[in-house]
Amino acid sequence: MSDLLPVVQSILYRMNKALGTGMKSTQRFLPSTPSFPCSWDRSCQCNSSSCLKVPSFCLVKIVDILEQFLREGGLSALMWEVCQQQAQAASPELQETLLNKVVCLPDHLSNKLQGENLPIFLPQNYFPLLGTEIIQVLQRISDSLRGGLDCSISFVSQVLGKVCVHGRRKEILSTLVPCLTDLTKSDCIWQRMCWRLVECVPDRWMEAVVCGFVQTAPGADVLSRLLGNLVVKNKKAQFVVTQKLLLLQYSCPTAMLQNLLGYLALDNSRRFLLIKVLQELMETWASSSAVKHSPVEQQLYISKAILICLSHLKDVEIDSHRQELFTCMMEGMKCHLDSNLPRIRCLGMIVAESISSRINTDGPILKFQYEEDDETRELKSLLTQMLSPPSVISPPDEGKDSPSAVTEAELKPGRKPLAAACAVSEEGSDSELDSDDDFIPYDMSADKELKKTKAPLYIRDCIEVLTGPEDMDKWEATMRVLETLIQRNTAATQEVSVELAKVLLHLEEKTYIDDFVELRQKALVTVTITDPIPVAQYLTSQFYSMNYSLRQRMDILDVLALAAQELSRPKAPGKNKPSSIQTPCIQILPGSDSSKDWRKIVDERIKSKTRRFAKGQSQVELVCAPNKFSSVAGHFFFPLIQNFDRPLVTFDLLGDDHFVLGRLAHTLAILLYFAVNTVVAAAMGKALLEFVWALRFHTDSYVRQGLLSCISSTLLSVPSDRLLEDVTEELVETQAWLADVAEKDPDGDCRRLALQNLLLMENLKKKLETAPS
Amino acid sequence: MKSKVASLIFLSYFWMIAAMALPPPDPEFVLRGTAAPVHTLHFSCRGQEPEFPILFSGSANGLVQIWNLKTHRVDKTMDGHGGKSVYWVETIHGRDGLLSQGRDQKICLWDLAEGRNVVTDSISVDSVGFCRCSLLKVAQDRWLIAMPANDPDEVQVLELPSKTSVCTLKPEAGAKLGMPMCLKLWQPGFGACPFLMAGYEDGSVILWNLSMGKMLSRLACHQEPVMSLDFDSEKAKGVSGSSEKVLSVWSLDEQQNLKVHKTHELINSGISDVTIRQDRKILATAGWDYRIRIFGWKKVKPLAVLDYHTATVHCVAFSDHSRPSERLLAAGSNDQRISIWSLYNRT
Repeated sequence: MSDLLPVVQSILYRMNKALGTGMKSTQRFLPSTPSFPCSWDRSCQCNSSSCLKVPSFCLVKIVDILEQFLREGGLSALMWEVCQQQAQAASPELQETLLNKVVCLPDHLSNKLQGENLPIFLPQNYFPLLGTEIIQVLQRISDSLRGGLDCSISFVSQVLGKVCVHGRRKEILSTLVPCLTDLTKSDCIWQRMCWRLVECVPDRWMEAVVCGFVQTAPGADVLSRLLGNLVVKNKKAQFVVTQKLLLLQYSCPTAMLQNLLGYLALDNSRRFLLIKVLQELMETWASSSAVKHSPVEQQLYISKAILICLSHLKDVEIDSHRQELFTCMMEGMKCHLDSNLPRIRCLGMIVAESISSRINTDGPILKFQYEEDDETRELKSLLTQMLSPPSVISPPDEGKDSPSAVTEAELKPGRKPLAAACAVSEEGSDSELDSDDDFIPYDMSADKELKKTKAPLYIRDCIEVLTGPEDMDKWEATMRVLETLIQRNTAATQEVSVELAKVLLHLEEKTYIDDFVELRQKALVTVTITDPIPVAQYLTSQFYSMNYSLRQRMDILDVLALAAQELSRPKAPGKNKPSSIQTPCIQILPGSDSSKDWRKIVDERIKSKTRRFAKGQSQVELVCAPNKFSSVAGHFFFPLIQNFDRPLVTFDLLGDDHFVLGRLAHTLAILLYFAVNTVVAAAMGKALLEFVWALRFHTDSYVRQGLLSCISSTLLSVPSDRLLEDVTEELVETQAWLADVAEKDPDGDCRRLALQNLLLMENLKKKLETAPS
Repeated sequence: MKSKVASLIFLSYFWMIAAMALPPPDPEFVLRGTAAPVHTLHFSCRGQEPEFPILFSGSANGLVQIWNLKTHRVDKTMDGHGGKSVYWVETIHGRDGLLSQGRDQKICLWDLAEGRNVVTDSISVDSVGFCRCSLLKVAQDRWLIAMPANDPDEVQVLELPSKTSVCTLKPEAGAKLGMPMCLKLWQPGFGACPFLMAGYEDGSVILWNLSMGKMLSRLACHQEPVMSLDFDSEKAKGVSGSSEKVLSVWSLDEQQNLKVHKTHELINSGISDVTIRQDRKILATAGWDYRIRIFGWKKVKPLAVLDYHTATVHCVAFSDHSRPSERLLAAGSNDQRISIWSLYNRT
């Protein structure tokens, strides 16, 4: 065995020669069937392959030898030899070359052999083989250690490190880790060897190896067994584990995070790192700049890591860090709740809830209201997963349960089947009888709770009820009937429109109605449609006046946007609005029109089911009507865009109230979008571009999204020739900004919107180029 | 070609019915002219050749009216209760006789044969409650009538036409049932021993054996007084409504024990009357919420909510037409109207 090394050296030499030069001569050789002494079916492979490239005899020979070498476990012998030598003295050059050849063998061979490569040299086969060979070597080393002989493992570590850094860690570790997991289970020599194996990996390759182990280990306990206290001993590994994997990237799956943090938590000598990691994570989580500027995915990742850390912390450790955690929690909660993105707010709430539930064991804990979805459930489960110790006692429990069930069944063997049979027969007869009284139910949606009070019949009465003394039933009935009343009496509404809008804007929910917000909004929208100019003037002026809550200001924006949509929608003349809500529970009109409903339904059904042979006739004609929004668009738009930069005492759009600013930007975009094909659109577009230019570096991503949609609707709504004539410079500037956003913005939605805008601009340019010709 | 199109249209109409919930139907017709809230209704549509369907109504002004269902007009108006509300009418001897119970504490027996309309006999009722009587034909020309008795918690059963007392059903001392609110006489088969189902003020339903005069089973199925009940002797299953929001369905097992089979939650509280159709396929309830509700009787599956009346509905009755397709439902309400509906009668 000991004379293997010279042989290998000579092989290496020949290999080098053949691999380095053989290819050039290949082309010159004529295709021939070389007669191989070996019985492998290589020859057929050569024959069947194309005649253009046939490896030279020398090359084929070498490849044959190499294959044989690999199949006979030559690699493990080679590595073992080097390990033995290393223990004494070794030439670094040879080791270096060997390392290179062993790791890069698949690359060399595939370069040389191209299409003729053998399956054994393909990376997906070679590296698993190398993994098993490494296990062989380790086996020998363990034997020799047991025999009292000294041995160095560093060559194997180097091989492992180099393979990992070459991007083949999945292949090699998928064979290596399960074997090591098995072998280290009860053998302390194997454990020590495994630790040593990882420790000896040179620093420059450490990251790849550690990441690979964290990724492939099936659980935290296994990881702890394989790595030992590596993170404490090795600075590089510590950096990778505590910084790089947690704070500098966010691509690891949750299971990997759990492995990693579980590994830190498992040994007392490593727990200080867990606390350190948690502190750093909390710092990041609580930093408002991080919340603002990092992508949502990263924040989700950090939140997950925090929750896993919390689940691992012991009560004593929490006790000693309570104050610190509390400060961080308050800070982080504040900047998360400040965010305009609902997902980030939700993340903040969950993490804050979890922290407070961990640090306040007896006091009151935080409780937020948010909608449960898969993400929140996953996050919450992370916290509880570790708190409950893994239940090992469950299988015996089941065992206890089942025999009792069996005995119960055995106790009354005579009766059970009888009862079952009875039940079956009864059911059978039941279903049989059911077939004859299978009546089809009528529509019962109108069956609502009976209201005793009558709703008012006139708009002025409504105003009186809404402002007057409290009569809850009447108030509710009024809310429900208001929209229809306004629609029915346009003239009467116009007399009191502004007053009504004022009442509705200041209306508070006196008693609980499930759709109060919707009812109020619908009523306001309908008032705005009925009398657009005065009401819009009133609403826009109120948007910038004092003493309104942010909620009310946003309501104003919503109402304006919805009213613009309704006004710009073509309607059949003389027909009532189709979307009007029906109020079946309040009987205003006793006359029933169900016969009409019936006729309509039948007609529609017949129309949809009847096949017609003449096409085009049955299509619904598009109703043509003037765009009612065109004459009033200015009243909606300009007062809103005028004052955004003038802060009030209670309302600072450019400061804290950036959420409203975002809504404002979106609303302006919507208003301009609905003003398409109107005269005023060009002026609106110009104003909007200036607005965008002033705010383009806003830190909040929601505001930036709004601005980007402003640009979109400008590009879509303003006629292209006007765009080019009036706002050329602005457009060029905007394009530069868009390119910047599309490239650098941390928010994914912003990047997407910017790209879309660039695309729109490109289309515009194309259209202009093709138009003259 | 034309017929093909027609059949296509018909098919599509058919599928429409199969596919979606139709809006609830309108009444077939409405009878107006009682001039007072209608408290009770009773059909008599069978047995005459040619068929000549009529409907008896009793109203709050003490009048009993006979409505001709062909012409939709009042044939006769009979005043026998001195202006006091009539709250139960029932035919006897085919349609030659009529029993009517009024708030003047009298049950009148009317002779209607050959166009007469005179009170031939009357039974005085001592109770002042609202409990309607119940009539059961036990043999040719022999009837039993159950009615509230002298004592507030007692029920008396008389034999007609002799007016002899068969038994008096008195609950045990300390049962605290309150007054009887509704009664239903029934027998498992013709000629068998008759039973009585009675609903009481405390919300319980009691099964009485008439031959022994003793209570067989008691079921507390409501929290509030039982306003009305009906019993299907074939399936041994009954239904009761009270002033709560619940419709309770109970069954009678072989050991003569009542037990709750199912309860159905309603949207609004208060049921003043509940009736199972003679073919035992649907049941109707009269609601305090102005609505009539139809349920399938087998599973108590809600089928329709008929919203026509503008005041409390007091009574519902199904007609006894010999042809199932002609069967009607009538409802009388506080708004002085009687609505007639035609529902689920195509078999």
